[in-house]
Amino acid sequence: MPELLSAAGVGLRFGALTVLDGVDFAVGEGEAVGIVGPNGAGKTSLLNVLAGAYRPTVGAVRYGGGEVSRLDAAERCRLGLGRSHQVPRPFLGMSVIENLMTAATHGGGFSGAEAQVRSLDALALSGMTPLANRRAETLGLLDRKRLELARALATAPQVLLLDEIGGGLTDGEAAELVSIIREIRARGVAIVWIEHIVHMLLQVIDRLVCMDAGRVIANGEPRAVLADAGVIDAYMGVA
Amino acid sequence: MNPSPLSIHRWTPLSVASVAAVVGAQLLLVAVPLVFGANVVERLTTLCIYGILALMWNSLAGYGGLISVGQQAFFGLGAYAAIRLADAGFPVYPALALGALLVAVAALPMAQAMLRLKGGEFAIGMWVVAEFVHLLVNLDPLIQGETGTSLIALNSFDAEARRSYTYWAALASMAALAWGMFFLLRGRLGTAAQAIRDNEEAAASVGVRVFAAKRTLFLLSAFGCALAGALWVATTISFQPKTYFSVQWSAYMIFMVLVGGIGTFEGPILGAVLFFAVETAFGATGVWYMIGLGATALLFAMLLPQGLWGAIEKRFGLRLLPVGYFLK
Ligand SMILES: Nc1ncnc2c1ncn2[C@@H]1O[C@H](COP(=O)(O)OP(=O)(O)OP(=O)(O)O)[C@@H](O)[C@H]1O
Ligand SMILES: [Mg+2]
Repeated sequence: MPELLSAAGVGLRFGALTVLDGVDFAVGEGEAVGIVGPNGAGKTSLLNVLAGAYRPTVGAVRYGGGEVSRLDAAERCRLGLGRSHQVPRPFLGMSVIENLMTAATHGGGFSGAEAQVRSLDALALSGMTPLANRRAETLGLLDRKRLELARALATAPQVLLLDEIGGGLTDGEAAELVSIIREIRARGVAIVWIEHIVHMLLQVIDRLVCMDAGRVIANGEPRAVLADAGVIDAYMGVA
Repeated sequence: MNPSPLSIHRWTPLSVASVAAVVGAQLLLVAVPLVFGANVVERLTTLCIYGILALMWNSLAGYGGLISVGQQAFFGLGAYAAIRLADAGFPVYPALALGALLVAVAALPMAQAMLRLKGGEFAIGMWVVAEFVHLLVNLDPLIQGETGTSLIALNSFDAEARRSYTYWAALASMAALAWGMFFLLRGRLGTAAQAIRDNEEAAASVGVRVFAAKRTLFLLSAFGCALAGALWVATTISFQPKTYFSVQWSAYMIFMVLVGGIGTFEGPILGAVLFFAVETAFGATGVWYMIGLGATALLFAMLLPQGLWGAIEKRFGLRLLPVGYFLK
């Protein structure tokens, strides 16, 4: 599988705090990779480095064969990196459909009718059609998370970076989310999904990465990673 | 790709009718100097200038989230540029627009520097800029410090012609700026600005070029405020730096936008009309007038933060001049 997005030797520090330490990570075209790890392991920070929200202290990010380390988040999104936020950041003053139109016109680069088609598609796929005209500030947490997914989709990504969108769902809702993400995948979009709820991940991913204390401690076939002694240790350590 | 029969719309029959009504009203206003006397023409000129100021402050704060208390910098510079150009022999009415354009060019380096500041720092920083620009203008020998000068070139017109020309210039400026802004806010700039206002990081994460969008709004607002200042000097003729670079202009803008409805397209227009009415009724009563304005703006900010139009829009779901989208 040709490599699509990667981080090589990435280190990130905030003052004296080392958040990422020599992280290598890659996702191939159309591949789905899960990321697990205890709280504070650096999962979200890695996603921020990939998406361009954080500049790493050392290391490089490559996408589609070129280095993108110097590009900011907006430019990377325009190139095809879509992301969600762990703590949702909706455009509160806009309606759901306007949130999506914003993503489609800027990140997706679509105009006119095409932007509308894209937005409607993201709306339908994420199951938000009944909420289309609601102002985002009136949405509850779960719908805001859904909007994160829909908005990232509307940018027409080649890689979708998801950060804990599956928490707090009922069994039915979890199954629906899994089928949505499988559908996105079936369209050829590569997926990087940070999630604590492993059984959801396992229904989607090809490969699992486990992080702890700013490092990648395991990377491979999902069930093998989950059985890895170091991984079990990392989780026991916080329990 | 879209299985649902629903589609995205921007216009309702009501909003089409409103736009037609606004265009109609603007065309009727063209005839005012032919029908009404000096006082009405002068008052309506003032109203147009207030309208421009409200529109400009709203596009910056209500759409871009950039709250400035220093827009008087551009108001004053617009008047100053008109005086300088007229002094250099440039025909006076075109000088009003050309001066505003030059101010927008001068605002470019300001944008590069000021837009790095966030929130309150930007707001106060702009005030400092205004004070600084004020001092610089005072250094120009033509202005004679606080004594000021006049747009003497206007004396070549007789009083009635001048009054009508200035009125038409103000009306045309307001209409052009309002429709121009309407058009821009309905396009990419509108979604970019609202996204930035609501969450800058999220805006960048969906591909919005944050700095470029802010800069565009900043320059547009500089241009509009400068044009308003140039029109103001065309109505009053005299230019005293202290009056033009006064923070009261920002206070007026904030009042109009907060009372009318920040972040709505219609609100500031309503706010300008209300402010104009209040001023006509209680104007020139000095310090109590200013205190009254301040208190009203404060009450609105606390009790009705979406302003009059915002409340109406919410209550009745009205969209007269739509910049957004809806699904139906
Ligand atoms: N902007 C920042 N400034 C300072 N410290 C930060 C910043 N962002 C992250 N950190 C720190 O980096 C560490 C890793 O945080 P990160 O959010 O990446 O962890 P995570 O694996 O996503 O955890 P969780 O499962 O709780 O979401 C934490 O100690 C966090 O406090
Ligand atoms: Mg996290």
